[in-house]
Amino acid sequence: MTRLVALLAVFLLSIWPVTAEEIVADLSQDRISISTNFDGSEILIFGAIKRDQPQPVGTRMAVIITVTGPREDVTIRRKERRLGIWVNTDSVDVAGAPSFYAVASSIPLAQALSPEADDQWHISTARALRGPGMGTMSDDEPEFLDALIRVNTTAGLYGSAEGSVAVRDATLFSTTVALPSDLVEGSYATRIFLTRDGEVIDSFATSIYVQKIGMERWIYNLAHEQPVVYGLLSLFIAIAAGWSAAAVFRFVRF
Amino acid sequence: MQIYLPIAEVSVNAFLLLGLGGLVGILSGMFGVGGGFLMTPLLFMIGIPPAVAVATEANQIVASSFSGVLAHLKRKTVDLRMGVVLLIGGLIGAALGVQVFNILRGLGQVDLLVKLCYVLFLGVIGALMFIESLNAIRKSRAKGPAPKIVRRQRGWMDALPFKIKFRTSGLYISVIPPLVVGLFVGILAAIMGVGGGFIMVPAMIYLLGMPTKVVVGTSLFQIIFVTAFATMLHATTNYTVDMVLAVLLLVGGVVGAQIGTRIGVKMKAEQLRILLALMVLAVCGKLALDLLLEPSELFSIAQGGHG
Repeated sequence: MTRLVALLAVFLLSIWPVTAEEIVADLSQDRISISTNFDGSEILIFGAIKRDQPQPVGTRMAVIITVTGPREDVTIRRKERRLGIWVNTDSVDVAGAPSFYAVASSIPLAQALSPEADDQWHISTARALRGPGMGTMSDDEPEFLDALIRVNTTAGLYGSAEGSVAVRDATLFSTTVALPSDLVEGSYATRIFLTRDGEVIDSFATSIYVQKIGMERWIYNLAHEQPVVYGLLSLFIAIAAGWSAAAVFRFVRF
Repeated sequence: MQIYLPIAEVSVNAFLLLGLGGLVGILSGMFGVGGGFLMTPLLFMIGIPPAVAVATEANQIVASSFSGVLAHLKRKTVDLRMGVVLLIGGLIGAALGVQVFNILRGLGQVDLLVKLCYVLFLGVIGALMFIESLNAIRKSRAKGPAPKIVRRQRGWMDALPFKIKFRTSGLYISVIPPLVVGLFVGILAAIMGVGGGFIMVPAMIYLLGMPTKVVVGTSLFQIIFVTAFATMLHATTNYTVDMVLAVLLLVGGVVGAQIGTRIGVKMKAEQLRILLALMVLAVCGKLALDLLLEPSELFSIAQGGHG
């Protein structure tokens, strides 16, 4: 009997953390429209941790939020000095690198996440790059992988903001993620993880849709779907604009 | 006011673009040059992707040359037959140039090609102009008699076949040299996003021996069709013509050109030329330094996983 109770206790202990705490979250906007005056955007991601019973004591809780842009194929090139000038020489093709990746956490990522959990969930930037969508990036090109992260971080496309998730009363959490102006269109996967002592307790996933609208949408579509019409229209509009600007100037001048 | 460019896919300040257009417009009005060779490198520097800058600049040149061509046609200072011959060469050249551009884009060498072309041409032309205008100033100070312009002997050109009479220019020469000049300018138009007037005008005067009064009109006539053709090729093969960017640059450019023309009238020709030469050399120097100095970031990332 005692053995049965002990077994039950062990069983309950092992499954409690999974079911006892649950993430409930929302975004300030789940649709971002790129219009003519688009200059980047900030989205607020907020939520709460739902509990059936008081939170476990003595464990370190963390909230990690990631936003992953549409994956695309890129070529990474390295410059070398040839005949006195710097030219592109070696290159590595990468299939399915995220066009944008932001990771925010309530405490430093190294404490919030064990390496094993990172391997499983692909959370840190370096891990996310080697995620399932990632094609030919092999381990023998670590220099190129580092470069991809470094260049995109400088461009504001990749970034990790440790400590940027605010948690109140171990229940409410919120963070803002800044999206730059040169966003790729598509679906931005947003994941929220709740961890205790580095292990993922619960996760929540949603998407943000980024889309060009209005004139931007129309011009982009026309350029790609009917390039001949677009080319002629560009010429016509440019000639008309130049002509009328000159006419207006003559009118004002004399 | 930030404006999002739909094809370049970057957000830039609209007033910066209008200002750049205006600045280059003033210069082109002052010096009577197209300004493409200054605008394209400036667009690189504010972060427009080179492929978009080159294609859009071609579009802009068509528009900014349009009123000039009409004015010259009205004054009958266009040698239409010569224009057509130059144009045929130009169209072939532009088609070749866009092919080369696309192949090198795949190899990741297009930036290098465009920048090398700029350094080479801006360097040579800037230096020649600088020396020539320095000499002119020195001579005008010495008040000596004007030197006789020695025109090059065109013996080898007279030996070429397929001679045609160009009535407006008063020439009877082979079609091969103008075809080659046109071809060369067409390649430059496609690769560098320039009209090529700065190459074509000297070539027409010194190589073909055309009278100066028809040179500008005829070169504009050729440029407008070649750049229109290059625009269409870039638009249909690379999708890199940005309509919004072109219109903003153009509006600034047209207004700037009107102002520039009025400034230009008040300045001495030698001073103007020396200023232009210095400016050309400055742009050339900046581009050359980019190629020669070790970049702070050796890696670059391009979309599309080929090559």
